Amino acid sequence: MLVSEAQIELETDGRLKFLDSPMQADSTTDIIYMMCPMHLLTIEDQIKVLQPGEVLAILTDYDGALEDIPAWCAKTGNDFLGIFEDSDHYKFYIRKKTR
Amino acid sequence: MNIYLDHVATNPLHPEVLEAMMPYFREHYGNPLSLYEPGMKAREAIETARAATASLINAKPKEIVFTASGAESNNFAVKGIAYANQNKGKHVIVSKIEHHSVLNTARFLEKQGFAVTYLPVDKYGTVNPADIEKAITKETILISVIHASPEIGTIQPIEEIGRIARQKGVIFHTDAVASVGNIPVDVQSLNADLVSFTAHQFYGPKGAAALYVKEGVRIVPLVYGGIQEGGRRAGTENVPAIVGMGRAAELAKRDLKKRVDHVRALRDKIIDCALKIDKALLTGHPEKRLPGHASFVVEYIEGEAMLLLLAAKGIYSASGSACSSKALKASPVLISIGIPAHVAQGSVVFTLGETITEDDITYFTEIFPAVISRLREISPYAKGWEGTEGPTCTAQK
Repeated sequence: MLVSEAQIELETDGRLKFLDSPMQADSTTDIIYMMCPMHLLTIEDQIKVLQPGEVLAILTDYDGALEDIPAWCAKTGNDFLGIFEDSDHYKFYIRKKTR
Repeated sequence: MNIYLDHVATNPLHPEVLEAMMPYFREHYGNPLSLYEPGMKAREAIETARAATASLINAKPKEIVFTASGAESNNFAVKGIAYANQNKGKHVIVSKIEHHSVLNTARFLEKQGFAVTYLPVDKYGTVNPADIEKAITKETILISVIHASPEIGTIQPIEEIGRIARQKGVIFHTDAVASVGNIPVDVQSLNADLVSFTAHQFYGPKGAAALYVKEGVRIVPLVYGGIQEGGRRAGTENVPAIVGMGRAAELAKRDLKKRVDHVRALRDKIIDCALKIDKALLTGHPEKRLPGHASFVVEYIEGEAMLLLLAAKGIYSASGSACSSKALKASPVLISIGIPAHVAQGSVVFTLGETITEDDITYFTEIFPAVISRLREISPYAKGWEGTEGPTCTAQK
C-alpha cells in the first residue's frame, strides 16, 4: 500500500476521494518518478490545453501529491474527481472548470 | 607541423559555436528559472538549443534531456531504466565492448542485485542480433549496445537490435556518443528508446551532452532537486554550453554529408598506408565503421612508444582506451575481438576531423612507416614474440 496513516487522516477531512476503478480521461500525463513540484507544474501546463469540462489524468508516485493536488484543485476552482491507487502509483483525475 | 588525429577524444570548438555561446557568458547570464528578462533570455536559448539538438537525431524537443557528459547520459540511461523497471524484472543485457560508463554502471547494478549478461562480439567487434534474442528472458528490462565503438570504429546493427528489443517489449538504449554528428543518426529508424550523445564530438563544447528519452518511457532521475529538464535532471543549467550544443547540432545537420565524405577519403589513405606495413592489422570492421576512424594493432612494438614518437613529429593520436594507456592493461575491446594481450599493446587509433587536409595525410604517410621502422629496430621483440604466448595475432587482416 502506498497510503500512510498520515495520508489516511487527510482523507477524513473530505478532500481525498479514492476510486474503486480508473476513470476515462481526455488527456493523461505520466510523471512517475518525478518529484515536487513537477506534479503541480504539470497540472498547470496540461490543464491549459484542455477544454472546459474535460478530464485530466495525472500518473504519479509522489506521495506529496495526495495533499497537493486536491489543494491545488480547491484553490484554482477545478474539480477534483478522485484518486485511483494503482499497484505502484496514483492516478489523479481533475475536471477542468467550465469558466 | 601539428596534425590532430584524435578527434574521437574531443574536437575543437567550431568558431560559429563559440560565437553563439559568448553572449551567454557576458550579457545573458540569468538563471533560466528566474522570471525577469535575463532569465527569460536564458530559458528561451535553452529551448532553441533543445529543438536544434532534437532535430539532429529526428527526435521531439521534449524527448531531449541535457546532461553534462556522455558518461552521465549513459549512467542516467542504464541506472534510470533499471530502477524504473525493477518491479518487472532485474535482468540487463549489454555488449562486452561498451564504454566504461555503461560497463561499470552494469557492474554497479550487479552489486544492487541485478543480473547482467555481457554479450560477446565477433572478430570485427560486431554484436550478433541473434545472440541478443537468445539472451532475452522474461526478466529482461533493458538492452544497451553501443552504436559505434570509439576504439575500433565498428558500427553495430542497431536497427536490427532495436527491432528485436521492441518486438520483445524490452527497453533499448544505445550509446551514440561516437556516432551522433559523425554519421546520420535517426532515433526512429534505430528503434531506440534512449540514445546518449555529446556535443564535443561534433565541434560543440565539453560539458554539454544529452540523453534522448522516447516519449512515454519512464526513467528515474540521477539528480533530484529543482524542475530543470522537466524534473528529470535537477541543477542550474550550463546555459552557454547548451547553447553551444544547439548551434553545433545545427552545423552538424547542415554539414554532415560534406564532413563524412571529407574524412572518409582521407581515412582510407591512412588505412592504405598502415596496411602496407608488415604485421600491422586493421581493428574493427573494414566497411561498417565510422568514416573518420582508422585503428590498428602493430605487432612487435608498444603503443605508448608509437604515440610518443608520433607526437614528437607533431602527429597526435591515441592508443585506444584509457585502460591500455593509463593502467597498462590490455584493452577489453581488443581482447573481445580476439587480439592477444601482448599484441593489443601495439594499438593505435587515428580519428579525423573536418580540418584535416590532404597535405596532413601526405605528411602522415611519410612519418608513420618511418616511426614503426625505428621502433622495430630497438624492439626486443623485433624478430618475433619470443617468450610470449601465441606467435602472431589471430585477427584477420
